[in-house]
Amino acid sequence: MTEIQKKIKEMINKNKVILFMKGTPEMPQCGFSMTVCNILKQLKINFFSVNVLADELVRQGIKEFSNWPTIPQLYVNGNFIGGCDIVKEMYENGDLEKTLKQ
Amino acid sequence: MTISREELFELLTAGFPDAEIKIDDLAGDNNHYAAVIKSSKFRGKNKVQQHQMVYSALKGKMGNELHALALTTEEKK
Repeated sequence: MTEIQKKIKEMINKNKVILFMKGTPEMPQCGFSMTVCNILKQLKINFFSVNVLADELVRQGIKEFSNWPTIPQLYVNGNFIGGCDIVKEMYENGDLEKTLKQ
Repeated sequence: MTISREELFELLTAGFPDAEIKIDDLAGDNNHYAAVIKSSKFRGKNKVQQHQMVYSALKGKMGNELHALALTTEEKK
Protein backbone atom coordinates (compact mmCIF):
# COMPACT_ATOMS: atom_id res chain seq x y z
CA MET A 1 0.00 0.00 0.00
CA THR A 2 1.40 3.42 -0.94
CA GLU A 3 1.78 6.33 1.50
CA ILE A 4 -1.31 8.06 0.21
CA GLN A 5 -3.40 4.89 0.41
CA LYS A 6 -2.30 4.47 4.02
CA LYS A 7 -3.16 8.08 4.78
CA ILE A 8 -6.62 7.69 3.24
CA LYS A 9 -7.27 4.47 5.16
CA GLU A 10 -6.25 6.21 8.38
CA MET A 11 -8.62 9.14 7.74
CA ILE A 12 -11.48 6.74 7.02
CA ASN A 13 -10.82 4.71 10.14
CA LYS A 14 -10.55 7.80 12.35
CA ASN A 15 -13.82 9.41 11.29
CA LYS A 16 -17.22 7.77 11.64
CA VAL A 17 -18.66 9.81 8.78
CA ILE A 18 -16.23 11.15 6.21
CA LEU A 19 -16.99 12.80 2.90
CA PHE A 20 -14.43 13.21 0.15
CA MET A 21 -15.73 16.16 -1.83
CA LYS A 22 -14.90 19.04 -4.13
CA GLY A 23 -14.77 22.20 -2.05
CA THR A 24 -15.96 22.53 1.52
CA PRO A 25 -19.39 22.03 3.15
CA GLU A 26 -19.60 25.84 3.40
CA MET A 27 -18.62 26.28 -0.22
CA PRO A 28 -18.98 23.15 -2.35
CA GLN A 29 -17.36 23.42 -5.77
CA CYS A 30 -19.56 20.91 -7.53
CA GLY A 31 -23.29 20.23 -7.58
CA PHE A 32 -22.92 16.55 -6.65
CA SER A 33 -20.77 17.36 -3.64
CA MET A 34 -23.29 20.01 -2.63
CA THR A 35 -26.15 17.53 -2.83
CA VAL A 36 -24.47 15.08 -0.47
CA CYS A 37 -23.52 17.88 1.97
CA ASN A 38 -27.10 19.11 2.00
CA ILE A 39 -28.44 15.63 2.73
CA LEU A 40 -26.04 15.19 5.66
CA LYS A 41 -26.92 18.65 6.97
CA GLN A 42 -30.61 17.83 6.60
CA LEU A 43 -30.11 14.72 8.76
CA LYS A 44 -28.10 16.83 11.24
CA ILE A 45 -25.09 14.55 10.90
CA ASN A 46 -21.65 15.78 11.92
CA PHE A 47 -19.19 14.75 9.29
CA PHE A 48 -15.55 15.17 8.50
CA SER A 49 -14.90 16.48 5.02
CA VAL A 50 -11.85 16.28 2.80
CA ASN A 51 -11.49 18.76 -0.04
CA VAL A 52 -9.92 16.73 -2.85
CA LEU A 53 -9.33 19.88 -4.89
CA ALA A 54 -6.78 20.94 -2.29
CA ASP A 55 -4.71 17.77 -2.68
CA GLU A 56 -4.20 16.11 -6.05
CA LEU A 57 -2.71 13.00 -4.40
CA VAL A 58 -5.84 12.46 -2.33
CA ARG A 59 -8.02 13.20 -5.36
CA GLN A 60 -6.41 10.40 -7.37
CA GLY A 61 -5.76 8.20 -4.35
CA ILE A 62 -9.35 8.01 -3.19
CA LYS A 63 -10.49 6.94 -6.66
CA GLU A 64 -8.11 4.00 -6.54
CA PHE A 65 -8.84 3.27 -2.91
CA SER A 66 -12.57 2.89 -3.51
CA ASN A 67 -12.37 1.66 -7.11
CA TRP A 68 -14.73 4.53 -7.83
CA PRO A 69 -14.00 7.11 -10.54
CA THR A 70 -15.92 10.11 -9.25
CA ILE A 71 -16.19 12.53 -6.34
CA PRO A 72 -18.02 12.85 -3.89
CA GLN A 73 -17.50 9.64 -1.95
CA LEU A 74 -19.07 8.93 1.42
CA TYR A 75 -17.71 6.54 4.05
CA VAL A 76 -19.55 5.57 7.24
CA ASN A 77 -17.97 3.39 9.93
CA GLY A 78 -15.16 2.54 7.55
CA ASN A 79 -17.50 1.32 4.81
CA PHE A 80 -17.83 2.87 1.39
CA ILE A 81 -21.46 3.97 0.99
CA GLY A 82 -21.30 5.39 -2.52
CA GLY A 83 -21.41 8.55 -4.57
CA CYS A 84 -24.12 11.14 -4.99
CA ASP A 85 -26.68 8.90 -6.73
CA ILE A 86 -26.52 6.14 -4.13
CA VAL A 87 -26.53 8.56 -1.19
CA LYS A 88 -29.58 10.31 -2.66
CA GLU A 89 -31.39 7.03 -3.25
CA MET A 90 -30.60 5.84 0.30
CA TYR A 91 -31.72 9.16 1.74
CA GLU A 92 -35.04 8.89 -0.05
CA ASN A 93 -35.73 5.31 1.05
CA GLY A 94 -34.56 5.85 4.64
CA ASP A 95 -31.55 3.49 4.48
CA LEU A 96 -29.06 6.31 4.89
CA GLU A 97 -30.44 7.40 8.23
CA LYS A 98 -30.34 3.80 9.47
CA THR A 99 -26.75 3.40 8.33
CA LEU A 100 -25.68 6.69 9.90
CA LYS A 101 -27.23 5.84 13.22
CA GLN A 102 -25.51 2.47 13.52
CA MET B 1 -13.35 16.28 -23.41
CA THR B 2 -16.78 14.97 -24.11
CA ILE B 3 -18.51 11.79 -25.19
CA SER B 4 -21.47 11.51 -27.53
CA ARG B 5 -24.76 10.01 -26.46
CA GLU B 6 -24.30 7.31 -29.15
CA GLU B 7 -20.87 6.36 -27.88
CA LEU B 8 -22.15 6.17 -24.33
CA PHE B 9 -25.05 4.01 -25.46
CA GLU B 10 -22.70 1.67 -27.36
CA LEU B 11 -20.40 1.20 -24.38
CA LEU B 12 -23.31 0.48 -22.06
CA THR B 13 -24.94 -1.90 -24.53
CA ALA B 14 -21.65 -3.77 -24.95
CA GLY B 15 -21.34 -4.13 -21.18
CA PHE B 16 -25.00 -5.00 -20.60
CA PRO B 17 -26.33 -6.68 -23.73
CA ASP B 18 -29.66 -7.55 -22.12
CA ALA B 19 -30.28 -4.14 -20.61
CA GLU B 20 -32.98 -1.58 -21.08
CA ILE B 21 -31.02 1.66 -21.24
CA LYS B 22 -32.29 5.19 -21.12
CA ILE B 23 -29.90 8.11 -21.51
CA ASP B 24 -30.64 11.80 -21.07
CA ASP B 25 -28.19 14.53 -22.03
CA LEU B 26 -28.94 16.80 -19.08
CA ALA B 27 -27.23 19.97 -20.18
CA GLY B 28 -27.06 19.40 -23.96
CA ASP B 29 -23.27 19.61 -23.76
CA ASN B 30 -22.24 15.94 -24.26
CA ASN B 31 -20.77 16.05 -20.78
CA HIS B 32 -23.57 15.70 -18.23
CA TYR B 33 -25.77 12.66 -18.64
CA ALA B 34 -28.31 10.71 -16.66
CA ALA B 35 -28.69 7.01 -17.38
CA VAL B 36 -31.16 4.41 -16.21
CA ILE B 37 -29.95 0.85 -16.76
CA LYS B 38 -32.06 -2.21 -16.12
CA SER B 39 -30.14 -5.44 -16.46
CA SER B 40 -30.31 -8.98 -15.14
CA LYS B 41 -26.52 -8.76 -14.58
CA PHE B 42 -27.22 -6.65 -11.49
CA ARG B 43 -28.85 -9.59 -9.71
CA GLY B 44 -27.35 -10.23 -6.28
CA LYS B 45 -25.14 -7.13 -6.40
CA ASN B 46 -25.40 -4.17 -4.08
CA LYS B 47 -25.66 -0.62 -5.43
CA VAL B 48 -21.95 0.09 -5.11
CA GLN B 49 -21.13 -3.07 -7.05
CA GLN B 50 -23.80 -2.26 -9.66
CA HIS B 51 -22.38 1.20 -10.27
CA GLN B 52 -18.83 -0.21 -10.35
CA MET B 53 -19.98 -2.60 -13.09
CA VAL B 54 -21.30 0.36 -15.08
CA TYR B 55 -18.06 2.31 -14.61
CA SER B 56 -16.05 -0.67 -15.75
CA ALA B 57 -18.24 -0.94 -18.88
CA LEU B 58 -17.30 2.68 -19.55
CA LYS B 59 -13.63 1.63 -19.70
CA GLY B 60 -12.10 4.46 -17.69
CA LYS B 61 -14.03 7.23 -19.42
CA MET B 62 -16.00 8.06 -16.29
CA GLY B 63 -14.34 10.98 -14.56
CA ASN B 64 -12.25 11.69 -17.66
CA GLU B 65 -14.02 12.15 -21.02
CA LEU B 66 -17.28 11.92 -19.15
CA HIS B 67 -17.63 14.45 -16.38
CA ALA B 68 -21.03 13.61 -14.95
CA LEU B 69 -23.30 10.62 -15.19
CA ALA B 70 -26.20 10.40 -12.79
CA LEU B 71 -26.80 6.67 -12.52
CA THR B 72 -29.85 4.62 -11.68
CA THR B 73 -29.34 0.87 -11.84
CA GLU B 74 -32.09 -1.68 -11.46
CA GLU B 75 -32.26 -5.41 -11.64
CA LYS B 76 -34.27 -6.66 -14.59
CA LYS B 77 -36.51 -9.51 -13.46
